Amino acid sequence: MTAVRLSAISKIYGPKPEQVWPLLAAGLKKAEILARTGHAVALHEVSLDINPGELFFIMGRSGSGKSTLLRMINRLIEPTTGDVLLDGDSVCTMGATALTQLRKTRVSMVFQHFGLLPHKSVLENVAFPLNLQGTTRSQSNERAAAWLARVGLSGYEKMKPTALSSGMQQRVGLARALITEAPLLLMDEPFAALDPVTRLEMQDEVSRLQAELKKTIILVSHDPVEAARMAQRMAILHEGRLAQIGTYAALTASPANSEVAAFVRGFKPGT
Amino acid sequence: MFPENLTISIAPAINRFIDAFIVDYGAGFRAFGNAILWVIVTVEQILRGLPWWLVIAAVAGLAFIASRRIAFAGLMSVAMFAIGVLGLWDQAMQTLALMLVATFFSAIIGLPLGVGLARSRHVSRVLRPILDAMQTLPSFVYLVPAMMLFGLGKVPALLATVIYAMPPIARLTDLGLRSADAEAVEAAVAFGATSRQKLFQVELPLALPSIMAGINQATMLALSMVVVASMIGARGLGEEVLLGIQRLDIGRGAVAGAVIVALAIVLDRVTQSFATPRSPGTR
Repeated sequence: MTAVRLSAISKIYGPKPEQVWPLLAAGLKKAEILARTGHAVALHEVSLDINPGELFFIMGRSGSGKSTLLRMINRLIEPTTGDVLLDGDSVCTMGATALTQLRKTRVSMVFQHFGLLPHKSVLENVAFPLNLQGTTRSQSNERAAAWLARVGLSGYEKMKPTALSSGMQQRVGLARALITEAPLLLMDEPFAALDPVTRLEMQDEVSRLQAELKKTIILVSHDPVEAARMAQRMAILHEGRLAQIGTYAALTASPANSEVAAFVRGFKPGT
Repeated sequence: MFPENLTISIAPAINRFIDAFIVDYGAGFRAFGNAILWVIVTVEQILRGLPWWLVIAAVAGLAFIASRRIAFAGLMSVAMFAIGVLGLWDQAMQTLALMLVATFFSAIIGLPLGVGLARSRHVSRVLRPILDAMQTLPSFVYLVPAMMLFGLGKVPALLATVIYAMPPIARLTDLGLRSADAEAVEAAVAFGATSRQKLFQVELPLALPSIMAGINQATMLALSMVVVASMIGARGLGEEVLLGIQRLDIGRGAVAGAVIVALAIVLDRVTQSFATPRSPGTR
């Protein structure tokens, strides 16, 4: 059983996406389609299967559609066509109530710039997802304090997030994502805004928590070194299409095209 | 010269419409006006009934809560004390009451309008020109029909003040909501916030500094309406200015002007310090 299945996901921005399909079938590039029709192709028929408990990387250059792809999994962005299956349930045909319930209990998310609420304390930020669910304040605060301790932030509960360093802020973001105990964790370039040393620390922290908690983690990144250190498997996107999926070993051994080869070159700095 | 035979006159039609409107709906407007009058008079009686030192202490307290600076609170109390020393305490309280009620109504109307502006392009397209008109239309244009509907006094004065002071609250609420940190809002949605939870727990708190700036603007605009409002029978500091002008009593007008300025400084600084977020860190 797959944890997450993306089946033929496409995303076209513009008023009449149907006029774009024949051009895509004819193999035109994104830039040509934009020039001819004014439609932006973000993703084109991406299919992926992600296994339970896997730490999966989605990689690609800026504008390759990787953040868009991640946001389709909890439907922050609606796909134009295609469907997402979470443990076999179709996300794209869900009603509003079911979708809200899914986001509360089954998928959580970590953001590049943390997405913390500056008017709430660190503790309140971590407790926020539970408060949305209607958990009593004392109970949610207690669990929030426990998760803060788990990411190494005991003693900072009453601070405002803006008073913390960026690495600490991302720990708050991580604790907030873990408090819902959702089995699937989406991470959108979680280490990109951190300094190199803090980045390594946070990578180890996430790998450690992954080993302890057995979550399925889908992580968007453009850093090949990060992928080489952490990922079990990775998908490389290029111009909204899936270029290749596989393990680090498989991708370095036989890159499918020049774009993948360009990424693979970054896996071992200096080569 | 523009040719005479191409001009049309819509003034008589408007006059006929207003006359008929007053005959048909005048009673309803009177009842509405009386309800508003009751609110203003109640606030005014409370403010004028309070001992002067308590009002000054309350201003100092608010200033301290907003800024956490004792010197600032002291300065604000000195300004309020000066109003009393200049002998216009009672009039200042009347003006303050009218302004507080006007700002309150402006916020009640302006906040939802601001949310509408930020949420919907259609609402925004319809509302923006109306807000522009509200701020640029000379106030006497709507004061005269308002007087015919509500009579002389505080009610049309309040109406004029709200029309003039409300638009910045709507605009700055809109701006605050639009410039709220997109990732924080997205995070709330990703954790399953309903649109109501998103608005009240995330977007409005993030927009709060901007909304407070709007309220600050509204109080300043409201204060600038007091002299105009006094011409249609609202009492208070504006009346003093008006009397000064009418009797060529320059001293009297200058004193009233100084008191208006003192009141403006107090209101501006106190509301502004609520708008500026305090230094980050622990509260």
